[in-house]
Amino acid sequence: MEIIKTSALTKIYGRIQAVNSIDLSIHKGEVFGLLGPNGAGKTTTIGMLCTIVRPSSGSASIAGYDIIREPARVRRQIGIVFQDPTLDTVLTGRENLELHARLYGVSSDIREARINQMLELVDLHERGNDITRTYSGGMRRRLELARGLLHRPAVLFLDEPTLGLDPQTRARIWEYIKKMAQTEQTTVVLTTHYMEEAEQVCDRVGIIDHGKIIALDSPEGLKESMGGDMVAIRVKESPLEKIRALPYVYEVKENEGTLEIITKEAHLHLAEILSIIKDVECVEVRVPTLNDVFIKLTGRDIREDSIEDSGSWVDSVARYRQRGS
Amino acid sequence: MNEGRIQKELMGMYAVWWREFKVFQREKSRIVSSIVQPLMWLFLFGSGVGASVSVSDINYQDYIYPGILAMLVLFGSVYFGLYIVWDRKLDVLKAMLVAPVSRISIFMGKVLGGCTDVTLQIIVLFLFSFLFPSINPWGIPLALLLLFITSIALVSMGLALGSLFNSLEGFQVISAFLIFPLFFLSGALFPIDDKLPFWLQGLVKLNPLTYAVDGVRGVLLNVHIFPFYVDFLVVTFFAVTMFLLGSVLFSRMK
Ligand SMILES: Nc1ncnc2c1ncn2[C@@H]1O[C@H](COP(=O)(O)OP(=O)(O)OP(=O)(O)O)[C@@H](O)[C@H]1O
Ligand SMILES: [Mg+2]
Repeated sequence: MEIIKTSALTKIYGRIQAVNSIDLSIHKGEVFGLLGPNGAGKTTTIGMLCTIVRPSSGSASIAGYDIIREPARVRRQIGIVFQDPTLDTVLTGRENLELHARLYGVSSDIREARINQMLELVDLHERGNDITRTYSGGMRRRLELARGLLHRPAVLFLDEPTLGLDPQTRARIWEYIKKMAQTEQTTVVLTTHYMEEAEQVCDRVGIIDHGKIIALDSPEGLKESMGGDMVAIRVKESPLEKIRALPYVYEVKENEGTLEIITKEAHLHLAEILSIIKDVECVEVRVPTLNDVFIKLTGRDIREDSIEDSGSWVDSVARYRQRGS
Repeated sequence: MNEGRIQKELMGMYAVWWREFKVFQREKSRIVSSIVQPLMWLFLFGSGVGASVSVSDINYQDYIYPGILAMLVLFGSVYFGLYIVWDRKLDVLKAMLVAPVSRISIFMGKVLGGCTDVTLQIIVLFLFSFLFPSINPWGIPLALLLLFITSIALVSMGLALGSLFNSLEGFQVISAFLIFPLFFLSGALFPIDDKLPFWLQGLVKLNPLTYAVDGVRGVLLNVHIFPFYVDFLVVTFFAVTMFLLGSVLFSRMK
């Protein structure tokens, strides 16, 4: 059953097409990821679905309620964790949840129990009575997750829930999100530009660039669309044509002394590929990541500044890290 | 179904009020300074000037007591309202505004929160009223009512202005060109009589705060220029106008 539907949803700011005619259909209970670089239009899309940004054109509905005509009903269906922190740092963790429970009309007889349950879910029950100003960044984010879920929304929007957190905290937050999606049966729509992490939690991923959805599938499906494994070989001279002629090679290009090959079943064919090349300096074999998918679709890297380990490594014959260019 | 909605709106309004009250309780230093400051006006400024001045046979300190109450209401209320600029900067307001509660309820919660802060501070100042021998303690409830209504007007005004500004830069401008003139032109510190220059008399009579000061002075000291019902009507009209204006601007705020 589809719980979110958008058709030709568009937002224009002056000359900027922040969101450009997006059509989405998100199923109940799904964890859906919107992936894209800075300025792609992720926050704007979520803003429109949450009724705080008015679309320039197009329409959308959540649980059957129109976001423009019935914003109050839509709001009752959703929870949101904004990209920027919005905790009330004068209040304690528990008070933040109390405030939220009242704003969402959670009735007083279940409020207390629900707050305790949520604090426990995010492991903050021991710090619940501390002023949130004294919380660490990760704790604040966890409390925001708890707050977003407090009123049992049908849909939970998470805008960059892990941005700026250290890897351990990020891993924990993804765990909570998975746990929540399962225990609460909540539909989750999240944005991130940590591709590897999105792969692990999302049932489906929409890749968004310049306000347009340019690919939409399960993480596996998106990676399969690459056509095979990625092999990078550092060479002195490159027999580009010979490799291109191999039947199982899907794509090959040379980039500053490195041959980048996409091939089916690299573990079966690597020996033959290597035998064609005379001077092999080093070899890297891996399965494609969503970042590779993004590069293939846009010609750009989604991560502008941070170089991180990308993807998992498979049967590499020789495993070297290439440093420098 | 309709009843449930009204109940939810009331609960939302209460939530906003509750939050403001918590903030009020936590900011102890702010409360202390907001009470110490008027006391300094009364005891340092008042006894200084009072050494050589008395008005209508009343000790000057006693004479300005109602004016200083109005000052506390003025500054406390307008700054409380303007504070939403800061709330918005910190995105605290964003989480509230996306909740399924109407803007009007949030606005009313804020107004009541501000009025509660200010009224509690006024009550503390009333505890000192025994130090001012001319004050009639039986007038206190009526004075409190009038100051409460004044506070509704001024918190609304602060929220209205706060909805229009995006940065704190506006604070200085509003202080210099609105709050201080309202205070000085309210007759809080001097009597409004024919000795005043003509232009000043005119400005003072246009200032709604004048009527609050006059009304409070009337019930506490039995010194006034307008009948109490005139003061009461002007202040109430001011409150209704500001409340409506504030709720419109707050609802339209991005
Ligand atoms: N209020 C606004 N006024 C003008 N332009 C805006 C506004 N909000 C967003 N934009 C523009 O719309 C585009 C999309 O912004 P958006 O915040 O949706 O991107 P994003 O995908 O969330 O990026 P990030 O990963 O940096 O959070 C950007 O070019 C941005 O400058
Ligand atoms: Mg964003």
